[in-house]
Amino acid sequence: MTERTQSFTLFQRVLHWLMAICILAMLFIGVGMVSTVMPKYVPLLVTHKTLGMAILVLALIRLVVRLRYGAPPLPADLPQPMKLAAVASHYLLYAMFIGIPLIGWGMLSAADYPIVLYGGIRVPAILPQSDFLHTLLWNAHFYLGFALFALILMHIAAALFHALIRRDGVFQSMTSQRFAFRTEPE
Amino acid sequence: MAEPVVEVRNLRKTYGPKVAVDDVSFAVQPGEIFGILGPNGAGKTTTVETLAGLRQADGGTVRVRGIGLQIATPEGAVWRSAMINAPVFPVSTPQAFYGLLEASKTPEAMKAFQAAHPELAGFGAWAGRKDWTSSYAEEPYHSLNAFVFVNAAGHEQPVRWALIPAAPAVTISPDELAERGPNYLEQEITERVRANPQRWTLRVTLAEPGDPTSDPTKAWPQDRRNVDVGTLIVQQIEAEPDGPCRDINFDPTILPRGIQVSDDPFPAARSAAYARSYDLRTAETKDYPRTKTGTRP
Repeated sequence: MTERTQSFTLFQRVLHWLMAICILAMLFIGVGMVSTVMPKYVPLLVTHKTLGMAILVLALIRLVVRLRYGAPPLPADLPQPMKLAAVASHYLLYAMFIGIPLIGWGMLSAADYPIVLYGGIRVPAILPQSDFLHTLLWNAHFYLGFALFALILMHIAAALFHALIRRDGVFQSMTSQRFAFRTEPE
Repeated sequence: MAEPVVEVRNLRKTYGPKVAVDDVSFAVQPGEIFGILGPNGAGKTTTVETLAGLRQADGGTVRVRGIGLQIATPEGAVWRSAMINAPVFPVSTPQAFYGLLEASKTPEAMKAFQAAHPELAGFGAWAGRKDWTSSYAEEPYHSLNAFVFVNAAGHEQPVRWALIPAAPAVTISPDELAERGPNYLEQEITERVRANPQRWTLRVTLAEPGDPTSDPTKAWPQDRRNVDVGTLIVQQIEAEPDGPCRDINFDPTILPRGIQVSDDPFPAARSAAYARSYDLRTAETKDYPRTKTGTRP
């Protein structure tokens, strides 16, 4: 018995892998940046802010595209708890892709830092200076960053589980246009 | 409209064929510029003083004095600088500064550190002088670190800058200053500014090729070209708890277009350390309330 799984649209796949590169880089830049006082601190900080804004823009585009085009259905035989985990983790991922950059932006605004991106692009503040908000948002940015790190690891683990163990075409729906076929074990 | 308090305009004219800084052309109106005068910046100065044996319990006797300055243009460009009155820094690298912190824990380690770091001598000679002044207004404030001015054509000119006081220095010995009480310097500047605005010239020193830009312990030769780019006029002193300086970070890497960090490793290290300091102190804001009602919480 075979089952067809549709792919994401080409635009969705490009967005996914572009964001994957940005976010993976970002996790290491974020940790590296707060762990150094070397001259690289300055370019790391600018890169972090610039990539963060890029991720925010990409995530908003991606949300619109997702609402418009949806996602291929999960395999019918995927156990219900895994389906639930898949749906919930994607809500969380989207929330973090949008929330963490916004929180970072708000945090810099609340500290009254001028927000200057790569190439000297200036971004306006979205909050007034506030010690209370700065502390709140700093903590949120810090802990949500590590939470995103954990979520990304789970996402990669789940993707590999679909690709290598279940071989159910879910992984291929983000890598290729071809319909993936799956053969039930005898 | 009032006269600009700081005017930085068209430095192209003053630098001949080597156009250096024509991107750094702006005028700032009163009210758009503010700074903090005091015995310490983000903790670094305090540490330096403690190490040099200069800091006593009495706040009026501080040797290392500093100013944090923000210049903001109506277009949104921001320049922050944290400067101190010492003409050179004690050590050449952030690693050595960390070594100094570690060595300061015991006199023996400090002796060994001094032996291994002869570059301390320049700062030590300045710090050990007895001709102090009795006013923040009589002190020069130095960027210490080298930065790079970049013009529209991409030409890079390494610079250091300093605020040169208009007020003549009236020297005083450390002991005499100590007798005037713990808050003398704060009271003195407040009264002095209330009577008359205080002025400093913002002087930019242009490095020649080969001048040490990466080492803030090394002064540049005296004959280097200076460009006076503006005048800082202090018209009002506000108490720190309610003023505009307490809740911002005078991070020396916050630079407008046309000014960049150089190969001096300190601004990056200061930026990282000041950010941590800012994060910690804004988290403790409930222990440092504003004193006036109606100001922000």
